[in-house]
Amino acid sequence: MINNTDAVKLIDSKRTDSVIVPTMNANNVGFGLPSVTSNQDLDLPLSGAMGKASNLGLGIALAQPDRKVMVLDGDGSLLMNLGAMVTSANKAPTNFYHFLFNNKVYAVTGGQPIPGSECQDWEGMAKAAGYAAVFSYDNLEDFTTGIDEALAASGPVFIHLSIEPQIENTPVQFRQRSPRTVKMAFDEVPAALGVGSD
Amino acid sequence: MTTYDSVLHPPAIIAELKKNNITHVVWLPDSETNFMYQLLNDEDSLDLVPVCREGETMAIAAGLWVGGKKPVVLIQNTGIFESGDSIRGLGLDINQPLVMLIGYRGWTRRGPTPDSAARYIEPILHTWGINCYLIETDDDADRISIACEEAERTQKPVGVLVGTEFGV
Repeated sequence: MINNTDAVKLIDSKRTDSVIVPTMNANNVGFGLPSVTSNQDLDLPLSGAMGKASNLGLGIALAQPDRKVMVLDGDGSLLMNLGAMVTSANKAPTNFYHFLFNNKVYAVTGGQPIPGSECQDWEGMAKAAGYAAVFSYDNLEDFTTGIDEALAASGPVFIHLSIEPQIENTPVQFRQRSPRTVKMAFDEVPAALGVGSD
Repeated sequence: MTTYDSVLHPPAIIAELKKNNITHVVWLPDSETNFMYQLLNDEDSLDLVPVCREGETMAIAAGLWVGGKKPVVLIQNTGIFESGDSIRGLGLDINQPLVMLIGYRGWTRRGPTPDSAARYIEPILHTWGINCYLIETDDDADRISIACEEAERTQKPVGVLVGTEFGV
């Protein structure tokens, strides 16, 4: 399995001018993208509306077709909104890269197993939904070797990652929060994209 | 004016969307706006984004908006009930100036309203502090422009309830 921080570090190192939409553990302030990002201005975190990260990323991908959009999703989140895989594949944006951080648990609520965690075939679901290309990595070495090929593929691309669970047991109201809120990100990202500057 | 003349036709809605420079219609089909589908498909200036479940629409619209586009969502009132967390997290909390066209299933002026989808929709929108306008005839269609202006001015979602629609 791949360490959560190692995964986001590797993705961030390949981002160039991509927008990244992280959610759940990929967005954890202590060991997710906020702790390693190299271009915060183009990070659009999602911590509300669980399950909607890929929808948010799809909208950006459609609006900015010349820029890569990387969604860092969670397995529990995506299960809440499986139809989103079909929605994304149906619009087929070539600049859309959907990473699934599969740790098989609800890590932010204490580590309870997600339904069907031992029997899901995420690669099969992504292929059946219609993604143009599907990749899967269960160790950092293979992910490091393979990520360039995945990001060179024409989207929509689905990249499944087997991730070590990192469990949060702290009640929500006592957790460390990112100083950059979701609202702040929504206020700042348009300028970073050059929106409204014409 | 005959009864037939005083109903709502899809071209009146499409014209309003074009007038307000709408770029994308993020939608899930519903019976109230059925006849609009072909017109939307044929309209080059509007990109249709179909979804599998209504709560996806506000999230996709948020991404389009951040990316510099001007979307609306078009769903049935039943879909609003399903979309609560999206409206909260990706509408109200981020100040998205989103016009939501909402098929008003069950709406009638002719007496009791047995359909709970119609009875609950306006109280729920008002509970969220979301203002809404009703369009039932072609003469009402300019309320879409009012909604667009209000959404931009207040930086929050505004609803447009679409009463019975008839074909072209």
